[in-house]
Amino acid sequence: MTIVNISTRVSPTQSTLMVVISNYRVLILLLLLTGSFSLFSQDKETEMPFGKHEDMIILNDKPWNIESQPHILNDDVTPASSMFVRNNGKLPKDIDASTWTLTIDGESVVESKTYTLAELKSKFQHYTYQLTLECGGNGRKEFDPPAKGNQWSLGAVNCAEWTGVRLRDVLEDAGIKKDAVYIGYHAIDEHLSGNPDKEPISRGCPMFKALEDETLLAFQLNGEDIPLIHGYPLRLVVGGWPASASGKWVNRISIRDRVHDGAKMTGTAYRIPCNPLAPGEKVKDEDMCIIESMPVKSLITFPKTGKLIKTGSSLEIRGHAWSGDLEVVMVEYSIDFGASWVECQLEAPANRLAWQHFSANIKFPKEGYYEVWARATDANQTSQPMVLPGWNPKGYLNNACHRIAVKVQ
Amino acid sequence: MSMEEKNVDELVKSARTIVRTSIILALATMTMVFVNTNPELFSSNDSSENEDLNKKDRDLIEDGIHVRTGLIDAEGMFVVIGNCTNCHSAKLVTQNRMTAERWNETIKWMQETQNLWDLGENQEIIVNYLVTNYPPKKSGMRRSNLTDIEWYETEN
Ligand code: HEC
Repeated sequence: MTIVNISTRVSPTQSTLMVVISNYRVLILLLLLTGSFSLFSQDKETEMPFGKHEDMIILNDKPWNIESQPHILNDDVTPASSMFVRNNGKLPKDIDASTWTLTIDGESVVESKTYTLAELKSKFQHYTYQLTLECGGNGRKEFDPPAKGNQWSLGAVNCAEWTGVRLRDVLEDAGIKKDAVYIGYHAIDEHLSGNPDKEPISRGCPMFKALEDETLLAFQLNGEDIPLIHGYPLRLVVGGWPASASGKWVNRISIRDRVHDGAKMTGTAYRIPCNPLAPGEKVKDEDMCIIESMPVKSLITFPKTGKLIKTGSSLEIRGHAWSGDLEVVMVEYSIDFGASWVECQLEAPANRLAWQHFSANIKFPKEGYYEVWARATDANQTSQPMVLPGWNPKGYLNNACHRIAVKVQ
Repeated sequence: MSMEEKNVDELVKSARTIVRTSIILALATMTMVFVNTNPELFSSNDSSENEDLNKKDRDLIEDGIHVRTGLIDAEGMFVVIGNCTNCHSAKLVTQNRMTAERWNETIKWMQETQNLWDLGENQEIIVNYLVTNYPPKKSGMRRSNLTDIEWYETEN
């Protein structure tokens, strides 16, 4: 009897517990939920900004400079999440696309005109192109003596699909005078010093490039509004040239009767020595020439470097190749440090100025450590160097061959 | 009220307190989660975040590194923080490795084109700090070996 009594009798603690559980079960659930949520948010803190892929590398957070890596650039058309960010000033905020305007002015415009974004979209025909954008300083990290600026490694390149109107159509609508030489863009981003009279960057390109079919005033990236960090709501896109020519948040384009002299057009910015230099040698500003079309280059985007493979199995490699304004005619690979080269399969570009995809199937002769090197050759029969190209003070145009490490065991 | 009833009553009371505290805690956690997932709430202004940090956190040094900027703690560091982290983060400074001559040229370039002020006697302190703590690394090669390879296996 007593034993039964003990086991069925509800102790005070037990009863309170039951009261609590039955009355507050919703709350308890909530508590558990929020608990697990805050665990989640721990991860969130280390998450990449701007919805970027977690393998992106932040070089600088003020201003934002974020680079990609070869293995997250494997898509034919680069998703926004893998696109590098090179910002020169403060990131604009509170942009209202419904009140956005673009003004065409300058010494060589027939009649200065201002268009709303809606007018641009309705008045001019739309075009979509895949366009290769590479930062002039991509690969800067390898130069010796070290070159100044953000130390980009391999990932300051992409090829996304841009939709917009042709810059040519808009310039012609305003009218281009015979003496036009260059266009220069202006944008709303603020200088890092906060000085409202200074522009962080205002570059451009010669008229022949501005008037090309593929030079766009773009409002879409991969079929959606351009993300803010990439230039929402309007970006000038000049494929094949240093990506700094592709101004973000653009609200004015000047048709100039001289080479545009905006911020980062002069001095050593986006310029290389007109004549080759010894590493570390001094050069006067007037002996520096503006970079135009980017050099021939390629990237192995699959597999990621470091792959261990079994003896006897073969390795499929894939990647992209591009060459500024030119088409790439051949990509080869070498597994013996350039002693011998084998041609890869190479696809035609989706359109002019789009990067081209290559692939190959590699068999290794025996076990051991290998590097797979890729080398592209363009329509001018110019190939990538295996060593670093000529040193220059700002470390531009490193188009040395990319390589990945593979071990056969 | 019997002794036992009284006990139960008190227990229920304390249980209520526990539950109330839990509610407050839950709400607090939820707010934190919200803030954590929406960091832009407090960083709408570039500098407000830094101003919110109290002096102690701003100057915190751990393992010889100034936590807020990532700079190496050495003579002249606070002069560098005071003059070189206003416009851009210290990351842009420490990514670069230069000789004194090239640091001076870089400073002159920022003064001529980027609104950097005259540094007076601080310039020497800054340049000394930079060449001592971030000296140029010599590779001496036209291509260096691949390093830090993370080997991995896949199924096929
Ligand atoms: C008044 C604003 C301001 C201050 C203060 C300032 N800088 Fe800069 N600095 C800039 C701007 C703007 C850039 C260009 C940023 C970019 O292109 O991303 C720059 C770029 C740089 C670069 C890269 C140079 C290059 O060629 O790309 C280095 C290195 C640098 N700063 C170091 C310093 C050092 C050291 C100090 C302290 C003496 C300093 N900065 C203080 C505005 C400033």
